[in-house]
Amino acid sequence: MNEIKPSKLERNIDYFTLRQEVEEFLYDEAETLDQREFSAWLEMLSEDLTYFMPLRRNVKYGDHAERENTREGEDISWFEEDKWTLSKRVDQIFTEKHWAEEPLSRVCHMISNVQLLSAAPNVASAEEVTSKCRFLIYQNRVETESYFFVGKRTDTLRKEAGDWKLLRREIILDQNVLLAKNLTVFF
Amino acid sequence: MDQYRHFDELVNLEQGTIAREIFVDEDIYNQELEKVFTRAWLFVGHESQVPEPGDFFTSRMGTESVILTRDFENKIHVLLNNCTHRGMKVCLYDEGNSATFTCPFHAWSFAPDGKLVGVPHENELYSHVLEKDKWALIEVAKMENYKGSIWATWDKTAPDFFTYLGSAKAHLDLALDSLDGSEGGTEVFGGVHKWISPCNWKVPAENFCGDSYHNPSHISVDMIGIGPSAGQGEKGRRDNELADAQHVWVSFPGGHGIHSALKPENNAYIESYKDNPIVEEYYRHCYEERQKRLGDDARLVPFVGTIFPNTSYHGRQPRALCAWHPNGPESAEIWRFFLVDKGAPKEVKDMLRRYYMRYSGPAGMTEQDDMENWNYATAGSRGTIANRLPYNYQQSQNIHKINDPVPGLVSTQMTEENARQYYKCWSSYMQDKSWDEIMSHPAQVKDERI
Ligand code: FES
Ligand SMILES: [Fe+2]
Repeated sequence: MNEIKPSKLERNIDYFTLRQEVEEFLYDEAETLDQREFSAWLEMLSEDLTYFMPLRRNVKYGDHAERENTREGEDISWFEEDKWTLSKRVDQIFTEKHWAEEPLSRVCHMISNVQLLSAAPNVASAEEVTSKCRFLIYQNRVETESYFFVGKRTDTLRKEAGDWKLLRREIILDQNVLLAKNLTVFF
Repeated sequence: MDQYRHFDELVNLEQGTIAREIFVDEDIYNQELEKVFTRAWLFVGHESQVPEPGDFFTSRMGTESVILTRDFENKIHVLLNNCTHRGMKVCLYDEGNSATFTCPFHAWSFAPDGKLVGVPHENELYSHVLEKDKWALIEVAKMENYKGSIWATWDKTAPDFFTYLGSAKAHLDLALDSLDGSEGGTEVFGGVHKWISPCNWKVPAENFCGDSYHNPSHISVDMIGIGPSAGQGEKGRRDNELADAQHVWVSFPGGHGIHSALKPENNAYIESYKDNPIVEEYYRHCYEERQKRLGDDARLVPFVGTIFPNTSYHGRQPRALCAWHPNGPESAEIWRFFLVDKGAPKEVKDMLRRYYMRYSGPAGMTEQDDMENWNYATAGSRGTIANRLPYNYQQSQNIHKINDPVPGLVSTQMTEENARQYYKCWSSYMQDKSWDEIMSHPAQVKDERI
């Protein structure tokens, strides 16, 4: 499940135009987060957002589709939440007492390999679009602490009142035992 | 012997001080692996992770990999994941099902009960020399399946699990029994949190044995509210089901320490879990059922606890078992298994899963702040000047009672007595003391076996 499949959409001018729009959204979002504009970031999220990051397990060859990732709606994952919970995370930072982010970490989001997977009703006049990308997030904390989070993301954007909003984000972090003490960065 | 007197100085209960070096010293850490982790009972996993014959779940005891298996006679085993030929891991997977574990190096193969069942070219190369029954995977000396939770020790002279647990059992039960008070009936969700936290493994173990004083760590979540009624505007990191209860901090022989609470005699239900009426109804129903089933005993409700040396539980909000695996003096590999009533409705399981995830572990809003403090408190134990002053463990010294109002060494106010006793016990292990000495404790109940 949740496998990122190669994009089947025809590469034409509509595809590249839409991809550019999606990329612009994703880059804006990364910039907003890196600038620590957390309230502005929440504005980019749909009220119906799903934000999901499974755990990754070592499983036998052939079992990957079935068992590698924990299942949304069934298992314990790193994140399976909505906009309410993410708003709480932002509120927590704003208390100035969230010790894991006080003082704030320095965070840098790199987004690449953006490809479109599907668009509805169609690529030329999309109201909803699903893309995949790679991410590399660098977190530097306090004095010498640093972490790299590298993986794949599948994002669905939906047009709401003329603006793209993030409707669904699935984060596939390429780690088994998490090598960071905390996941305080937004992915 | 000098090295032994040393530990009594490091853990000085008369003064109520503990030397910082026990949290960072490499030599002490290496001794712990031998003296604590090869003797004490350790939590390994849960039977619900290996429901079928051939199922396995790969776990950890101390720094070493072990496999929890269910053999074809339905018997559960805990085996060292280490080939008896040259030490390669015989199981490379976190979980799965397999009739045998075939070593990737030279292909010796082992059955789920540990027996060596296959040796390539056995007849030509090992004729009459190899006694296969002597080369099984190393199995733990003792294992206990307690209400589904699997515990094991490498020490065949260790007391049996129930003697080891003593009266702490009643508190661990609060996490393992069903919410309606029936015995057992819990399972773990799929998905075990595993992460590396830069702290000494004893720091979180101490945190969970009754450091209720660390509330200021969680001021941010308490301000914003993330509990099961937070959607209704309730503040706090959990619903306050204990608002009318008498909190108790209890230490037990063997070094275990817990924080539970006693509800008043009328044991009234406090409305909680209000974000979802189905969940609220379930908790209310279970609360009433439990009261019918247990009577006055239902007044005991859980908070947290640590079973010596490195297993802790959260009893209710959230509800989990956690192992703080040593991973170097200043690093712990933490594994958390989340518990739920097997028979709970889907809505309840979903709500709890989501609450557990936003509360616990590296993505948990509550525990993130713990992790930051455990990290830098460990680092702070390192300084040369800092080391001249031990840590202060004097909180609520000499105010405890014995077996009042519950069995054990009890305080009804916040206390560091649980921590003091935890480290006293730790120091006994470090001095290679006998099991009788390790289990000696102010609240020791006379051993009836004699
Ligand atoms: S190391 Fe396992 S067969 Fe040689
Ligand atoms: Fe805490």
